[in-house]
Amino acid sequence: MSLELSLSLARPDFQLAVDLQLPASGISVLFGPSGAGKTTLLRAVAGLEPGRGRVVLNGEVWQDSARQVFLPTWRRPLGYVFQEASLFPHLRVAGNLRYGLRHRDRSRDSVNAGTAVDLGALIELLDIGHLLERFPSQLSGGERQRVAIARAMAPGPHLLLLDEPLASLDRGRRQEILPWLERLREEFAIPMLYVTHSAEEMSRLADCLVILEQGKVRAAGPPAELLAAIDPPLVRGEEGAALLLGQVAEIDTRWHLARVDFPGGSLWLRDPGLAPGSPVRLRVLARDVSLATREPEQTTILNHLQGLIVGIADEEHPAQCLVRVACGDSSLLARVTRRSLSSLALAVGQPVWVQVKSVAIIT
Amino acid sequence: MPLTEEALQAIALTLRLAGSTTLVLLLLGIPLSWWLATTQSRWRSVIGTLVTLPLVLPPTVLGFYLLLMMGPEGPLGRLTTALDWGLLSFSFTGLLLGSVVFSLPFAVQPLQHAFVAIGPRPLEVAATLGARPLVAFLTVALPLAWPGVLTAVILTFAHTLGEFGVVLMIGGNIPGETAVVSTRIYGHVEAMEYGQAHALAALMVAFSFLVLLLLNLLQRRRSLRVMP
Repeated sequence: MSLELSLSLARPDFQLAVDLQLPASGISVLFGPSGAGKTTLLRAVAGLEPGRGRVVLNGEVWQDSARQVFLPTWRRPLGYVFQEASLFPHLRVAGNLRYGLRHRDRSRDSVNAGTAVDLGALIELLDIGHLLERFPSQLSGGERQRVAIARAMAPGPHLLLLDEPLASLDRGRRQEILPWLERLREEFAIPMLYVTHSAEEMSRLADCLVILEQGKVRAAGPPAELLAAIDPPLVRGEEGAALLLGQVAEIDTRWHLARVDFPGGSLWLRDPGLAPGSPVRLRVLARDVSLATREPEQTTILNHLQGLIVGIADEEHPAQCLVRVACGDSSLLARVTRRSLSSLALAVGQPVWVQVKSVAIIT
Repeated sequence: MPLTEEALQAIALTLRLAGSTTLVLLLLGIPLSWWLATTQSRWRSVIGTLVTLPLVLPPTVLGFYLLLMMGPEGPLGRLTTALDWGLLSFSFTGLLLGSVVFSLPFAVQPLQHAFVAIGPRPLEVAATLGARPLVAFLTVALPLAWPGVLTAVILTFAHTLGEFGVVLMIGGNIPGETAVVSTRIYGHVEAMEYGQAHALAALMVAFSFLVLLLLNLLQRRRSLRVMP
């Protein structure tokens, strides 16, 4: 089960060259600054850009330039969600949803005509049943994007490509769509390639992370590992954060707190209302983490962990630096001042106490 | 005053000519304007200019060359004679050919603009949903360009009604065959039959006004429709 992408594409001002083996399950996030080539890569996978190389999904060859194989977009069993919903304005929501079903069926000569999805279940999952008779111009931005996702999923694609599907929405609408994407991943078990430049979306959704820079792959792998890198850090400045994968272990009903265990420790946080055993992702911003040489006492900060300094790197401002601390199998990042580092004589290899001021649950 | 038999014949012929021209130009203009709107070919500018040429050329110039081509010594004339069809000049078919060339820009321009305005995105979406290019064109591009198609139909029809120079050059003024309303009016004025000229001329004014009013209303409605 894998997605092989080996693509190159040359433009006068831009060169894309990637060679990737991605798992054909879960969400693979293509992450990077604008202009890194994320959208171009996604379009090349769909056959919308004439890249050269190989695109093979679970043994289905979509493209192999060496053997003169290039399936046009309409013969690749994929779903594509564009940045703007791009619904057909002349069709009602129902017509938009049925469009792919009607035409994908006829292209039986494509590698595989796709295994039709239960449209009713899809409509229910994305909660668009009450919109079926409306025209796209009568929908809100969030509703449009949900319809666009359902439309892409309806013909039963083997791969879902999403190009910054939340970028055109305001923050509130974004929070509204994210849970639908997670449910889609759970209930339809379809591999997704997800393009974003938002660190928040990336940490929340990525099962596999690909970092693109100037048309090349800088790193690819499990997100918690890549996010712990500090030299150079994956995300700079205020957004710099470590990702912890854990599960709810205990609920303290008296203080409305929940304990989340992760490989290497545990943290107390506000009870998110999840049952014990639920998997959760925690995002710990580097600016919310401080370091001490002795176990902190008499402090309002609830969480402190013991760890080992494994790296120190420069931050954007010369007054600060980024410290990577290993706590068991997990890593935390702390942004501290150079002065504190010096006065506490902290160095790589030294044990420290890590204080975590706040933790965000992102799943 | 009541219309004479000849006047009615001229009106019927004019409508038939305008209808046929519109039909031919739709069949020809839709693929041509789609090509002009989407191609990267370096021939685009040349073909685009040729299509626009009838807009600026005097109808007499067009008519003159068409007449030469259709005549017994012209390439088209030789072809039609060899095929045993006779000559096209001074026939309805010849008139139709002239009208098609003359009204070509009036069909192609609105269609091309409509196709350009759609942009590549809706067709890309259709492709990702499994629609082959021809299906995507018929189910997405054409419906979205519908206002442009309607404009093209109305403009072509109205423009053919008003054509005079080309008709006179290649059609003459043969009742029932090539005598359309505009040339009949000319004939009446030449013969000082102002009453009959009036009847036909007033009819043309009224009809043209209605057609343009329709076009206006149509464009108003189109701008009211918000595209997401």
